[in-house]
Amino acid sequence: MSPANSASLPASAVKPAINFISGADRHIRRRLLLSQLFAWACRLATYASLAILVVLLAAIFYSSIGRLAWDFVTNTNSTNPAKAGMLAGLWGSFWLILFTAIFSIPVGVGSAVYLEEIARDSFLVRIIKINLANLAGVPSIVYGILGYTVFRSSAAVLSRLFDGHCLIGVMGLFKIRLMKLPIYEDNILVGALTLTLVILPTVIAASQEALRSVPSSIRVASLALGATRWQTIWHQVIPASLPGISTGVILSTSRAIGEAAPLIMLGALTYTSMCPGSIDSPIELVTRPAQVLRAPLDQFTAMPIEIYDWSKQPDSRFTAVAASGIVVLLVVLLAINSVAMIVRHYASRRLRW
Amino acid sequence: MTAVKSPEWTKQRFSRRHEKVIQAALFLCAALSVLTTAAIILVLLGNAVYAPGAKKAFFEQVSLWEFLTGTHWKPVDGDAGRFGMIPLLSGTIMVAVIASIVSVPAGLGAAIYMSEYAGPREREILKPILEVLAGIPSVVYGFFALKFITPWILKPALGLLGLELGTFNALSAGIVVGIMVTPLIASLSEDVIRSVPRSLREAAYALGSTRFDVSARVVVPAALSGILAAFLLAFSRAIGETMAVVIAGGQQPIATLNPLRGAQTMTSFMVHASTGDSAADSISRMSIYAIGITLFVITLTINLISGWILRRYREVYQ
Repeated sequence: MSPANSASLPASAVKPAINFISGADRHIRRRLLLSQLFAWACRLATYASLAILVVLLAAIFYSSIGRLAWDFVTNTNSTNPAKAGMLAGLWGSFWLILFTAIFSIPVGVGSAVYLEEIARDSFLVRIIKINLANLAGVPSIVYGILGYTVFRSSAAVLSRLFDGHCLIGVMGLFKIRLMKLPIYEDNILVGALTLTLVILPTVIAASQEALRSVPSSIRVASLALGATRWQTIWHQVIPASLPGISTGVILSTSRAIGEAAPLIMLGALTYTSMCPGSIDSPIELVTRPAQVLRAPLDQFTAMPIEIYDWSKQPDSRFTAVAASGIVVLLVVLLAINSVAMIVRHYASRRLRW
Repeated sequence: MTAVKSPEWTKQRFSRRHEKVIQAALFLCAALSVLTTAAIILVLLGNAVYAPGAKKAFFEQVSLWEFLTGTHWKPVDGDAGRFGMIPLLSGTIMVAVIASIVSVPAGLGAAIYMSEYAGPREREILKPILEVLAGIPSVVYGFFALKFITPWILKPALGLLGLELGTFNALSAGIVVGIMVTPLIASLSEDVIRSVPRSLREAAYALGSTRFDVSARVVVPAALSGILAAFLLAFSRAIGETMAVVIAGGQQPIATLNPLRGAQTMTSFMVHASTGDSAADSISRMSIYAIGITLFVITLTINLISGWILRRYREVYQ
């Protein structure tokens, strides 16, 4: 509980005042009535969001009737709405999130540690902080343009280098032919790098929040015992803030799962029946290592892209397919958020000061 | 003693260098964000304003005046192309205004309720619900607008008034964008309302104010600049909102302020154009960067103003 919570008055503190003035005066009655009406209006505004959430979920579950079945998550996409499934999108999102996490967690936590623990209040640091606040407000689609122009073009260069025909001269003596590697321009890594930029400001903010909640007595004690600054950070501050960091990082990474706009800007596939690296069951992650290595450089689609594609189909039978896709997406998000909640719950029980 | 001293000493020296390297690495992580901003600006400028080399940037082919004032948006290559952004701007503003009409009263009402009326337990239930609403992906809201709000709520309601509503319309898109940004307004406004000093409330109660007087005439005016900053931030978020508008808003770039028809926003144009297959250096491709830089400048300006107001507000009460 932050100290700000105590700023609002508890309900009991005000009641006597109202009882005291509830007299015959019509003016006061009118004011009290206005007060009541206002309270109800505010209550309505608040509970409307709950109602909207319920209606939204009900509408989606109702629309998904007719397609939501187990084979929806074992089939890949199809032009036949009765057979269309989400397997390719699930795998695409899995790889995207895996690499987004791999890229964004070290950089995000590293930035937060620098800004909270190491940086002094210099001009440069102030620039970085203002810049981070503004980056968080940049629409995700703008990152899509950046990804298309920078990451996708770089991938295109690599893909041309490794198409199996590229000869490179070595000091004018002889030429070597670069091997053929299956690299696509619109590959998983390009998507993951773009998503990393989208979520990085959030990851940094969440990690900063967690680092700030570690009491400074811990740092001071560690430094007083002769630990260096980095030893203090690595052995004291980070372990103490780990639950907060992991909760924040999980939640902000899960935001990337629902992002479609930057991926569409990159030119990710909207219709495909191929999973990245042709890996379509978890066991193949172990049994087909060569394919696992191929997956990051393969083309992909993602869950929200498939939902978008199904939503805009004129054939109304695809409505149920899109709704089923949304149910799967929401279940995945719910699962990830529950993990974050569990981490927070167990960690907060263990750590107390 | 001496046997121990030497290795300890070297370890210390190593550790100091180690420390420097780590600090430098962490600094690079933090500096990456500045690099990102620089890259965004360079990429947008390099394709919209001035392109080095043989490639021609957007504004080297279309005049800025035509872009800002033209009322026809027909992004095709060749002589038929028209690049006036007014239709996209009107669509964007329309959706954002509808979103504000939905989200400002709802968000502010929720913020007042949670800070002034709700007990701690009720707040503990309400806050996560708002967080869930904010965490639902944009495509889901798009689907909800297109397949539920338009056919099941707006069509019958407007039908009673004798109004015709298109399958794709700015109204449903604006409503869902409003729902999406309500939690943002609610949580930001709640923060600023909470930071209003308790003494102000107590003084008002002591003078015989009702709760309405305290909330609407003391607390909200005291927090007004912070609340305004929250509205601005939500407005900028609504302008940049993409997938919900792409799905529910339609793709017709017409300069209109009629929310019952389809409208193309800046973001939905960008999505639409990037899914088409035009050549990389063609003017229709370049128009994405022109709209991108417009969107970037608009949202950045609003965010900067909002941040400036919020910083000034914090200074008042600290």
